[in-house]
Amino acid sequence: MDFLIMNHGLPLLSVLIFLPLAGALITMLMPSDGSCRVWALIVTTVNAFISMSLWSGFDPATAKYQFGEHVPWIPAWNINYTLGIDGISLLLILMTTLIMPFCVLASWRYIEKRVKAFMVCMLVMETSMIGVFAALDFVLFYILWEAMLIPMYMLIAIWGGPRKVYASIKFFLYTLAGSVLLLVAIIALYLANEPHTFSIPMLMGQQYSSTFQLLVFLAFFLAFAIKVPMFPFHTWLPAAHVEAPTAGSVILASILLKMGTYGFLRFCLPITPQATLTLMPYILWLSVAGILYGGFTALAQKDMKKLIAYSSVGHMGFVTLGIFVLNTRGIEGAILQMINHGITTGALFLCVGMIYERTHSRELAVATGIGKHMPVFVTYLAFFSLSSLAFPGTNSFVGEFLVLAGAFTHNKIVAGAAIPGAILAAAYMLRMLQKIIWGGVDNPKHNLVDLNTREIVTLAPFLGFVFWVGLGPEPFMNVMHVSVAHLLDQVNAAVGGGAVALLP
Amino acid sequence: MKIMLFAPELFLLLGCLMLFLFTMCEEQGGKARGAAVATGIGTVLLCASTFGKSGHLFMGAYAVDTYSQLFKFLIAASTTVVLMFCGPMKGVEDELRPEYYLFLMLSALGLMMLISSAELISLFVALELSSFSLYLLVPMRARRTGDRRQMEAAVKYILFGVMATGVMLFGMSYLFGLTGTTFLAGIVAGLSGETLAQPAAIAGIALVLGGFLFKLAVFPFHFWVPDVYEGAANETTAFIASVPKLGAVAMLVKFVMVLAPEGEIVARMLAALAVCSMFYGNLCALVQKDVKRMLGFSGIAHAGFVVLGLLTFEKLGYATSMYYIIGYVLMNLACFLVITQVSTRGENVAVSDLNGLYKRSPILAFTLAVGMFALAGIPPFVGFMGKFMLLAGALKAGHLTLVVLAAINTAIAIYYYLSVVKAAYCTPPDGGDSAAVDVDFTTRALSVVLIVAIIVMGVLPDSVLEITGAAVQAIL
Repeated sequence: MDFLIMNHGLPLLSVLIFLPLAGALITMLMPSDGSCRVWALIVTTVNAFISMSLWSGFDPATAKYQFGEHVPWIPAWNINYTLGIDGISLLLILMTTLIMPFCVLASWRYIEKRVKAFMVCMLVMETSMIGVFAALDFVLFYILWEAMLIPMYMLIAIWGGPRKVYASIKFFLYTLAGSVLLLVAIIALYLANEPHTFSIPMLMGQQYSSTFQLLVFLAFFLAFAIKVPMFPFHTWLPAAHVEAPTAGSVILASILLKMGTYGFLRFCLPITPQATLTLMPYILWLSVAGILYGGFTALAQKDMKKLIAYSSVGHMGFVTLGIFVLNTRGIEGAILQMINHGITTGALFLCVGMIYERTHSRELAVATGIGKHMPVFVTYLAFFSLSSLAFPGTNSFVGEFLVLAGAFTHNKIVAGAAIPGAILAAAYMLRMLQKIIWGGVDNPKHNLVDLNTREIVTLAPFLGFVFWVGLGPEPFMNVMHVSVAHLLDQVNAAVGGGAVALLP
Repeated sequence: MKIMLFAPELFLLLGCLMLFLFTMCEEQGGKARGAAVATGIGTVLLCASTFGKSGHLFMGAYAVDTYSQLFKFLIAASTTVVLMFCGPMKGVEDELRPEYYLFLMLSALGLMMLISSAELISLFVALELSSFSLYLLVPMRARRTGDRRQMEAAVKYILFGVMATGVMLFGMSYLFGLTGTTFLAGIVAGLSGETLAQPAAIAGIALVLGGFLFKLAVFPFHFWVPDVYEGAANETTAFIASVPKLGAVAMLVKFVMVLAPEGEIVARMLAALAVCSMFYGNLCALVQKDVKRMLGFSGIAHAGFVVLGLLTFEKLGYATSMYYIIGYVLMNLACFLVITQVSTRGENVAVSDLNGLYKRSPILAFTLAVGMFALAGIPPFVGFMGKFMLLAGALKAGHLTLVVLAAINTAIAIYYYLSVVKAAYCTPPDGGDSAAVDVDFTTRALSVVLIVAIIVMGVLPDSVLEITGAAVQAIL
């Protein structure tokens, strides 16, 4: 257990995980819809405040997993309830806990039927999402990873748009099909170690044969690439995004997609470094393909949610690009970009949801020229769009810049090929902005009301983070430096001296 | 007091005799039901009280140990659960109800005696007691609901069943011929070393296994499943789909153990059966419209999974198979509970009949969703834990291809389970609010118990695994 710094006193991570679950159970007993909403907001907010103590108590000077908890769970198979976080998962957990209250707020009026069940689904989602980022036992990880499918399926299938049935089943099938081989890989890893273990840190840095690594990597890759989603595996994403209710889209974009890239960082790189190195060029080109494909497709969309969904494919392409160039700048940029994408795209989905509540349409054509009626709204939208196209001064600029800088040190051709993606992002985002703010003032608009206080409060923190990360990313970078350096050490150590020259 | 070891069976037998008296009078359905439920509960309690005791009865033909008592407890408990949620047996003709209860209990009695049988003849008699009762239960379906399908199903069931029995008897004759005894202990002793390596020995045991694989509905012994599931009354199917499978797994474990030293060839054989079962069951289930038929095919696929644990030839593997079948029975009971309630007059339930169940009865919809997701093997339910441990065990024993194919099957299966959940939650009810399903208190309580059991067994499998492990240890 030398990889784990045990937590003393209150088991913070367990509290974070189980508080929403307990909240969900209590929600079932709530008498009215209104009380369910308030209760869910209270639970998620309390959870967000509790998670702050992770931030203050985190020691950025060590690469070990902190706030550790370890309880034997199924001794017959040496399965343990092990939790712990490092600089990478810390940020993701904080993002999860902070976004959830706003998802509840955004569903305040949007969700009108079966409010109780909706809030239960949201709270169960929070439990499993935090659990995935905190789990250090592979079986625990897998259980939470899969368990999340049920509430997410329900969110899309019950409260979704007109094609919800198709979208929800596609989402479920894709994700499940991707992760069945992950289970086999997990068991294979368990058996490959002596003594048999499911402990994720103990599986890292072992000498597996290269064939074994390759097979395990491919099983990992299929599961995580579908979740990200990387270029050829992305088809479930636009469907799911478009049909999901606003809160579902936000959770999907901000948190669920990050699990794929988190999986690459946590499992692929340290457990199968050789295979990572072997397959790196292909994955880099897939990432570039995703960036360009996402950009071009987004350019052609008439549906705002679809546009943002395809832009996600492009943005996540930048993240995988940053991860697989395997240098400090690339990976740190990728992690920061994961957070940025969570903030920006989450906020954009909230914005589209707010338009939808007013016009009951996501069509770009219907929303033209609403800038005249909703000045506060379009101000928000403009900032988030600028952030999405990585305008200097906003959060995505920092992340994308780091990723591209990392890519250039690794391979100029790959980096050069990704550059048009940045331009495409500007093109599709500005196109959307132009239409919504100034386009067609003649649009026969019903009297649209500008944002109310609840909506302003919902979006304000996102804007705050856009500029905080954009202008002063230091605090976010600080917590991840050591963990990223340790991760790169693990990759370097496993692939031996020859690769050191390769990895600056 | 050696007779105390036999108390559960004795009590059940007395209950059956009482039910027999009820069959003499007319219109005694309600009283017979009360008697059957009381007998069931009493048997469960007696099984629990004899748990942990061991001994031999009837000149060694009957062995009572932790293993047998565990299974008897499970059989009695699941029979009682079926009796309780089936209510007044809507799907059965009024005047036949006392007989129906009688044969149901006799079938359970046969299964309980089967598990304790330590000698081939008594084993055979017990098995036939159970089987023949089942053959009679299948056609006992009200004419208005069955559409005469029950007759076809019954004939198919008898023909296939008798065939399987014949095959098993043939295998038993080999075992007797090779060892000169009908006692299982003697057969195990006689089949050690050289004798076991003979093709005749392996063929003999394989033929005996065939009889039990028929009960478990493993490919290619599955042909009766879809028609019987569809043709029999919902209540009968609920019983056939769960309780006899416990008995089948109990006996399979016992006989597979004998073969453990000759593992290689048997493992290969079982692996082939498992893969065929999984693919056949899941692919056929994909296109089913009738929920019972779909669950029948899904049962074939799950039987394939159970076999995964047997072919490891390890204590943990057997224990996992037992864990899995217990979980399977729970999940299946949860699904059939919903089916029997949704079916208003005892007719079959199509997937589309479940439309909008969340509005018509939230508790049933939730039970169904938990049951279906559990059958699909999604955590945190018991289906996942069982599947995971079976895969891990099989991979440990070196069956990589088998494990990969089994994992792929999980992905195939999810579609049809989801289609049921989709109907219950995403499709609006056809008949508006008038289609509401009334659920009585017992059924509500039972569904909560089943849901909790499915979740607790999935999240904390350790205690159950310890019990099944101890049970396997008792017969090693």
